[in-house]
Amino acid sequence: MTARPEPSAAAGTAAALVDRHYLDVRDLRVTFGTDDGDVRAVNGLSFGLERGRTLGIVGESGSGKSAASLALMGLQRGRRTTVAGEIWLDGENLVTASPERVRSLRGRQMAMIFQDPLSAMHPYFKIGDQIIEAYRVHHDVSKKVAKKRAIELLDRVGIPSAARRVDSYPHEFSGGMRQRAMIAMALSCDPSLLIADEPTTALDVTVQAQILDLLNDLQKEFNSAIIIITHDLGVVAEIADEVLVMYAGNAVEHGPVQEIFSAPQHPYTWGLLSSITRLDRTRSDRLRAVPGNPPSLIAVPDGCPFHPRCQYANLAGPATRTERPTLETVAPGHRVACHLPVEARVRIFREEVAPSL
Amino acid sequence: MAGFVIRRVLGGIVILWLISVITFLLFFLVPKVLGSNPAILFAGRSPSEAAVAGVTKKLGLDQPIVVQYWHFLAGIFTGRHFDAGPDKTWCPPPCFGYSFKNSEPVWQEITRALPVTISLALGAAVLFLLIGVGIGILSALRRGSVVDRAAMTVALGAVSLPVYFTGLVLLLLVSYQWRIFPNIHYVAFLDNPLLWARNLLPAWIVLAFLYSAMYARLTRASMLDVLGEDYIRTARAKGLPERTVVGKHALRSALTPVVTIFGLDLGSLLGGAVLTETTFGFRGLGKTSIEAISTGDLPTILGVTIFAAGFVVLANILVDVFYAVVDPRVRPT
Amino acid sequence: MNSHDSTGPASTGGAAPVGADAFLKGAAPPAPSTSPAAPVVMDKPDPVPMEKLAAVTTAASGDALLRVTDLQVHFPVTQGALVARKIGAVRAVDGLNFAIRRGETLGLVGESGSGKSTTGRAIARLLEPTGGKVEFDGRDITHLSARTMRPLRRDIQMIFQDPYTSLNPRHTVGSIVSAPLKIVGDLSGDALKARVRDLLELVGLSPEHLNRYPHEFSGGQRQRIGIARALATHPKLVIADEPVSALDVSVRAQVVNLLGDLQSELGLTYMFIAHDLSVVRHISDRVAVMYLGTIVEMADRAGMYEHPLHPYTHALLSAVPVPDPAKQHRRERILLRGDPPTPLNPPAACRFNPRCWKAEEVCRTVEPPLVEIQPGHQVACHFPEERELV
Repeated sequence: MTARPEPSAAAGTAAALVDRHYLDVRDLRVTFGTDDGDVRAVNGLSFGLERGRTLGIVGESGSGKSAASLALMGLQRGRRTTVAGEIWLDGENLVTASPERVRSLRGRQMAMIFQDPLSAMHPYFKIGDQIIEAYRVHHDVSKKVAKKRAIELLDRVGIPSAARRVDSYPHEFSGGMRQRAMIAMALSCDPSLLIADEPTTALDVTVQAQILDLLNDLQKEFNSAIIIITHDLGVVAEIADEVLVMYAGNAVEHGPVQEIFSAPQHPYTWGLLSSITRLDRTRSDRLRAVPGNPPSLIAVPDGCPFHPRCQYANLAGPATRTERPTLETVAPGHRVACHLPVEARVRIFREEVAPSL
Repeated sequence: MAGFVIRRVLGGIVILWLISVITFLLFFLVPKVLGSNPAILFAGRSPSEAAVAGVTKKLGLDQPIVVQYWHFLAGIFTGRHFDAGPDKTWCPPPCFGYSFKNSEPVWQEITRALPVTISLALGAAVLFLLIGVGIGILSALRRGSVVDRAAMTVALGAVSLPVYFTGLVLLLLVSYQWRIFPNIHYVAFLDNPLLWARNLLPAWIVLAFLYSAMYARLTRASMLDVLGEDYIRTARAKGLPERTVVGKHALRSALTPVVTIFGLDLGSLLGGAVLTETTFGFRGLGKTSIEAISTGDLPTILGVTIFAAGFVVLANILVDVFYAVVDPRVRPT
Repeated sequence: MNSHDSTGPASTGGAAPVGADAFLKGAAPPAPSTSPAAPVVMDKPDPVPMEKLAAVTTAASGDALLRVTDLQVHFPVTQGALVARKIGAVRAVDGLNFAIRRGETLGLVGESGSGKSTTGRAIARLLEPTGGKVEFDGRDITHLSARTMRPLRRDIQMIFQDPYTSLNPRHTVGSIVSAPLKIVGDLSGDALKARVRDLLELVGLSPEHLNRYPHEFSGGQRQRIGIARALATHPKLVIADEPVSALDVSVRAQVVNLLGDLQSELGLTYMFIAHDLSVVRHISDRVAVMYLGTIVEMADRAGMYEHPLHPYTHALLSAVPVPDPAKQHRRERILLRGDPPTPLNPPAACRFNPRCWKAEEVCRTVEPPLVEIQPGHQVACHFPEERELV
C-alpha cells in the first residue's frame, strides 16, 4: 500500500478520482496491432471499485468491455497487443508489475468467469480436478485437502451430491451446472476481485435467475468486488450497484445504478434504454432504435465517438465533432462524457426520453 | 470399454473380410470377364501349355468362384493343399496363397519382408514424431517469429519434394560421394543391431524428412487452434504457470488429432513404404508387392494387399480406442 | 401493464381482455398478389397505422394459413458399430396443435431443449416430421418430397439466428438475395436485378451493396440481407428463428422495427421463435410457450403476459430481469430449481411436474391436455391460476 506514484499527468480523467479505491483503473488503453491498423479496443478508461460492490459494465460488441476485463486480468493475448495506463489493485500497479507477479495474483486475488461454461472448461479433465488445480496452484496442500475444498465449493454453489459430481466431466453437466462449477472454480482461492464476462448470456432465463441469485449471495459472503460485463440492462438492474456504460472503447457514463436507470444523461444510455423491449412497460408500436451501427475501432469517429449516431449532436456545438468529451462529474459518483450542456441533457431526458421509456 | 473394443475389433474383422472378398473378386473375376485365363496370370509370364493346365487344376479354377473363395479363406486358417496328380504342394497355415512364380507360399514372402518394413517404419516414425511434433509446437508457441517462419518454409519445401528425389540425392551424397554409409543393405536387427541402424539411417532420414514436415504443419495448426480455445484462457485465468498451460492443457488437446493421423500413417507405412524401399533396395512389403505386380505374381499381390489392409484396419481400431481413452466425451458408457 | 401494478392479483376466471387494450394487427390486409406480372409496391411507404382494433380471435380463426395437428419430431438415438440399433428417441417435438392465421404473428417461446427451433424447421420442411400433420394454405405438406415441396418453398421462408454463418461468405449480396428467385425461376436478367435492388431498399440497405460480400457488413446489416433473401419470393409465411438474439442491443431494435414494418407492408404471416420473452411480447399477436416438446400455454399477447396461467409461464416471466433496479428488487421472483430435463427422457405425465411447486399426485400420473380455459387462452395444467408477475 506504500509508495504509490501520482497518476500521470496525461491521465486527465484520473484526476477526478481523488479517492483511492480497492481497484483503480486509470487511463487504461488496450491496442491490438492488425494489418489493417491499430484497433483501439480500450481508449482511456478510468474507474474505481470498492470491495463488496458490484460494477456492471454495459456495452455492445466492440465497445471494449471484454478487452478491458482481460487486461485487468493480464490476459491480453498476442505479441502486437499493448496495454498502457494504470491498474491499481489493492495498492499494486498491475500494468508495471512483472508477468510472474500478475500470474500469482491471477486466480488468487482476482478471478474470472466466462460466457460459455462449456468451452471454458477443459473437456478432457474432470470438473473436480480442474478446481483442485486452481486451488493447488496457489496453495501448497495435498490433493486430498484440495479435493475436500472442491467438494465444499461445489456444494456451496448448489451442485447436488457434490461429492459424487466432483468426478464428472464438463460435458456431463448441464449449462447451468457448468456455470456453477466455473463459479466454484473462480471462488476457490477467495478472490477479492471477481470479473464475470457475460456470465449468463449463454444460459436459459430461468437458469440465469439462479446464477444471478447465487452471485448476489456469494458477494455478501465473500465481500469481493465484482465486475459484471453484460449487454443486458435487466441483468445490470438486478445485480449491479454501479453501472459503467462503454461505447467505442471508452466510458460514456458511470454512476450509481438507480441514477443510470432513472436519470441517465448520455444520449447513448438513453438509446440503450429506449431501444430495448421490456416487460415492465406498456408495449409500444415501434421501438426507438439507435440509428446506424457501432463504429469500427480502427477508425473511431473524431470528437465524441457517438456523434454520428446521436440525435442531439446538433445541440452540442461544433466541439462534438472535433473534441473527445471527458467524463465530468454531474452528481456524486455520477460521471458523464458528453458535450451537451448539463441543463439540456436533464431537460431532454425529462421531456423527450423518459416519457417514451 | 471392453464392449467398445470388442465391437471395434469385430467391425475390423468384417472390414477385412470385405477387403478380401473385393480383392479376390478383382483378381479372379476381372480376367475372366476380359476373357483371359487367370491360370496364365498365375503361372507367370508366357508359361507353357502344360504349366497352365497344371495351375488351373491346382488352383481349382475349374470350380465355381464361391468355392474358390472358400478354399482361399479356409486356407488362411487351416492351410491348403494344391493338388494336381503327382505335383503336390502344401501351403501351411496361415496360407495367404501360393506364389507359383517363386515356388513358395506367400506367407513366407511376407514374413521375410515384414521385419524390413517394420524396421523402416518404426525407426522413421520415432524420428518424425520427435522432430515434426517438436518443431510444430515450437512454431505455434512462437507464432510469426523468425523460427516459425523459417520452419514453415522448410516444411513447405520438404512436403513438396518426392521421396525418390530426396532419397537418391541422399544416397548419392552419403553412400557414393562421401562414403559415410557405403554398401547399404538390410541387416537383421538380431544379427547386428549397429549395422542394422547404420544401414537404415539414410532411409529413416528420407522418410522422416517428408513426414516431419507434414507433422510440423499439422501440429502447429492444431496447437494454434487449441491455444485460442476458451479453456486455455481459463487455465491462464486460474494463474497456472505457462508451462502447465501449454504442457498439460494445450498439448493434450492439440496432440489428439496428431496421434489420430499418426496411427493411420503408421498403419499404411507398415503396409510397405513402396518408394523408399525401392529407392534403397530394401525388400520390404512395398518392394515385394511392386515386384509381384511387375511379374504378374497375382497370389503375392493378393496376399500382401490383404495383409497390409490388416495393418490399416488395426491402426484404425487402435486410434478409436485411443480417442476413447483420451477424450471422455467419446468414451462409451 | 403498468395499470396492473396496483390492482393485486386478478381473480381467476375474469373475462380476458382480448383485443381491448391490445392492438392486434387485425385481419391481414389482403396479401399482395404474388404473380410476377404485378410487382409489389416497393416504395417507401408511410408508416402504416397498426392500431386497427379487430376482434380477431373468433372472426379470423377460420382463416388459418398454417394448421399443425399433433406434430411430432423424434430423433432416433442409436448405438452399435456396424448396424445401428435404435435404443431410444429424443422427443424434440411431441404432439403440437396450433394454427397461425393469415397476417398474424405467432410467437414461440421456450428454453433450450423445448423444441421450438425443431418445430420451425419441421414446418418449413427442413426436417421430416415423425408424426402428425402440417397443413399450409389448406394443403397437407407433412410428407411432401423435396421435389413436390419445391413450388411451396416460395411461400414458406426462414430467417435464421446467426447472420454470420447463415450467409455464404463467397457469394455477393446480390447472388444471396437472388438465389431463391433463381430457383423459382420467375425472373431473369434485368428484371431479376431490379427486384434484388428493390428488396435491398425494402430492408433498408443501399441497392449499391449488390456486389459486396457479407463480411463487409455489420451484424445488423447482415440480418437485413437475410431478411431480404427470405422475402425475395413473396412468401406467405416467414419463420424467424431467433432472428435478433445475436444482434447488439441498439441494432436489435432496428431489426425488430423492420420486421414489424414489413409485416404491415406486405401482409406477411410470421412464426417468431425466440427465447427472449420481451421481444416476443413486442412482436407477437399470440404466444405459445413450449416446454420439453409440448405447448404448455397459448394465448394472445395480453392474456399471456398479463394473465398467465401456467406455473412454468409464471416462472419464465418472473425470471426475466426488468431494467429498473427499484422495481426489480421489489418484484416477486419464482426461482425454479434445477435445469430442464432432457427431451430424451421427459418426465411422465405433466413434464413440468418435477420442477413445479404446485405439483400433486395427479401431475405425476395424468398428462394435462391443452384446453381452452378462457376464450383464446389455452393451458395444459391441472392447477392453472392467474398471477401478477411483471
